Amino acid sequence: MTLTETRTQARDSAAGRTGRVGDRVFAGLSKGAGILILVTLAGVALFLLREGLPGINVDPAEMDGSDTFIQYVGPLVFGTVFAALIALILAAPIAIAVALFISHYAPRRLASTLGYLIDLLAAIPSVVFGIWGIRVLAPLLAENVYPWMSENASFIPFFSGTSSTSGRTMLTAGVVLAVMILPIITAISREVFLQTPRLHEEASLALGATKWEMIRQAVLPYGRSGIISGAMLGLGRALGETMAVAIIMSPSDGYFWSVITNQNSNTIASNIALKFPESSGLEVNRLIATGLVLFVITFLVNSLARRVAAAGFSGAEG
Amino acid sequence: MSTTLSMTSRRMSTMEHAAVAVGALLVGVLLSAVLSGVAVGWVGVWTAVTYPIAVYASSRILEDRRQATDRLVRVVVTLAFIVVVLPLASLVWTVIVEGAARFDTTFLSGNMRLTLDDIASQRTGGEVGGAFHAMIGTLIVTAVSTVIAIPLGLFTAIYLVEYGRGRLAKAITSMVDVMTGIPSIVAGLFAYALFVLILGPGTRTGLAGGVALSVLMTPVVIRSAEEMLRLVPNELREASLALGVPRWKTISKVVLPTAIAGILTGATLAIARVIGETAPLLVTVGLAQETNLNPFDGRMTTLPVYTYYQYVQPGIPTEAGQNRAWAAALMLVIIVAVLFTLGRVLAKVLQPKGLR
Repeated sequence: MTLTETRTQARDSAAGRTGRVGDRVFAGLSKGAGILILVTLAGVALFLLREGLPGINVDPAEMDGSDTFIQYVGPLVFGTVFAALIALILAAPIAIAVALFISHYAPRRLASTLGYLIDLLAAIPSVVFGIWGIRVLAPLLAENVYPWMSENASFIPFFSGTSSTSGRTMLTAGVVLAVMILPIITAISREVFLQTPRLHEEASLALGATKWEMIRQAVLPYGRSGIISGAMLGLGRALGETMAVAIIMSPSDGYFWSVITNQNSNTIASNIALKFPESSGLEVNRLIATGLVLFVITFLVNSLARRVAAAGFSGAEG
Repeated sequence: MSTTLSMTSRRMSTMEHAAVAVGALLVGVLLSAVLSGVAVGWVGVWTAVTYPIAVYASSRILEDRRQATDRLVRVVVTLAFIVVVLPLASLVWTVIVEGAARFDTTFLSGNMRLTLDDIASQRTGGEVGGAFHAMIGTLIVTAVSTVIAIPLGLFTAIYLVEYGRGRLAKAITSMVDVMTGIPSIVAGLFAYALFVLILGPGTRTGLAGGVALSVLMTPVVIRSAEEMLRLVPNELREASLALGVPRWKTISKVVLPTAIAGILTGATLAIARVIGETAPLLVTVGLAQETNLNPFDGRMTTLPVYTYYQYVQPGIPTEAGQNRAWAAALMLVIIVAVLFTLGRVLAKVLQPKGLR
């Protein structure tokens, strides 16, 4: 064995050793990071439970107002779901139309700029949406829309009662929420619309279909699961949205179906934001428990959304 | 002998389209005069109703049913886009106009520890009070969350792409999905509950806020980094490994630099996403009147929370506080827009040629 050979071997094994140590450290770090994600999520559930349970089991007599936890959280769950559904019903059709506009109608060169504009809408902080809603949108609706609704449509339970003059209503909050979740639904729908196989589209056009017929035959069936999962994710976002609702809506205690009066069921998130800073003791535990309820609701909605998305583009194969 | 074979019936000419548009506009003006009063807004609303009807009806008469439906959809879809841009335009306009009133040096350098003189001056319309402490607070809290979320997110993404196989990787992937859906206020409550254990009930610190925001930020970082790492061609990894380069060096010297543009973009967008978060900071960081540089001790003011409180508890007169709120909102929107654009530009500038 010559000297050079030995040297080379020595160097190789040294490099191999640092390589192996480096590898082990690096692999360990990245695996550790992954495990930390699991730990964090378990932590979220555990800590909320730990701090929330005293608020669930509390003796009603100890709290101001003599509600049990179920009586306390009931109207909040109702308000949360109600506001989110209003937002979804308003946002979903418009969001899908906008996604179609960007993916199939807008000039090619403009499309990415328009997409950017919609994404920017998603990035605007919710507190800014909130103060815009109460300064601009609420008076606008209170002057022009709500009086008309309460005069002409009060036979529908949603529009019954005296219309709010301040505009701080469930519907105003719902409209602002709709504007906030629209970019999410649009982004996801646009993405799947753009993935429609070109051959499907061209086949349809070649058979003489108009653009809309092509969209109905090729694009929409292909994108159906994407649309649904986008809408569900938007719903999940609306359920957890806090500040816009906290700023805009004037909350009352109880269940209220009318969306244009000054009496509105508060949402869980907004209730926490409004009460938490001034709360102490068991009141804090009870608010954390409501947060846990919100976590469970959004978790269910989001996993449903993912299951729909995972079911895949069944329309395309069928 | 030449006959043109036409697949469709007669198509409307440009002049006819123009006539339809003008007609719809006129009817819109008329309707608004009769029903609501002639103002730009109302004419717009009524024309948005009359124009689709006019388009459909004229096309139905001059062309055929299928063309009419097609044209109607085109109009409706375009209108939907305009309907969405309107609130965005209104919001940006309102924030700029209202925010400009107090976007001055006092606002940019002062805090909310008001002297009696200040309060007296405010009553007579003086422009006092600022948000310097809130900007510092936002900077610190965001920095804390970034320091936690970016390494954590990046290493998790590396694990998922480069190492992870089997059940652990699957579990992490689905948990990242769950984490993406955590409402921001719940993240705040989690951080609060965590720090109750460490520091006792009722405490508010910048650190807790940073932890809350990092819970929201990490999944965004993971998702974007994961996507970018998967885009790196396998040939690059194999070439490097074949040369005897250890795996960790392959990742840090070959894979990461190739994906760096996308990773930086994702990180910037993740910061833009959390910098405007209000709810989690409301429950973890609270509000202070002055600059607090220590994230480990005591309350801190951040821009979103400042905006909220100045708007809902404006003091006397209400304009004073609300003008400060709008100025802070303007500041926030500027920060978010800059970060957002920066993310886009980074993606364009740093994108390696080979990956397109």
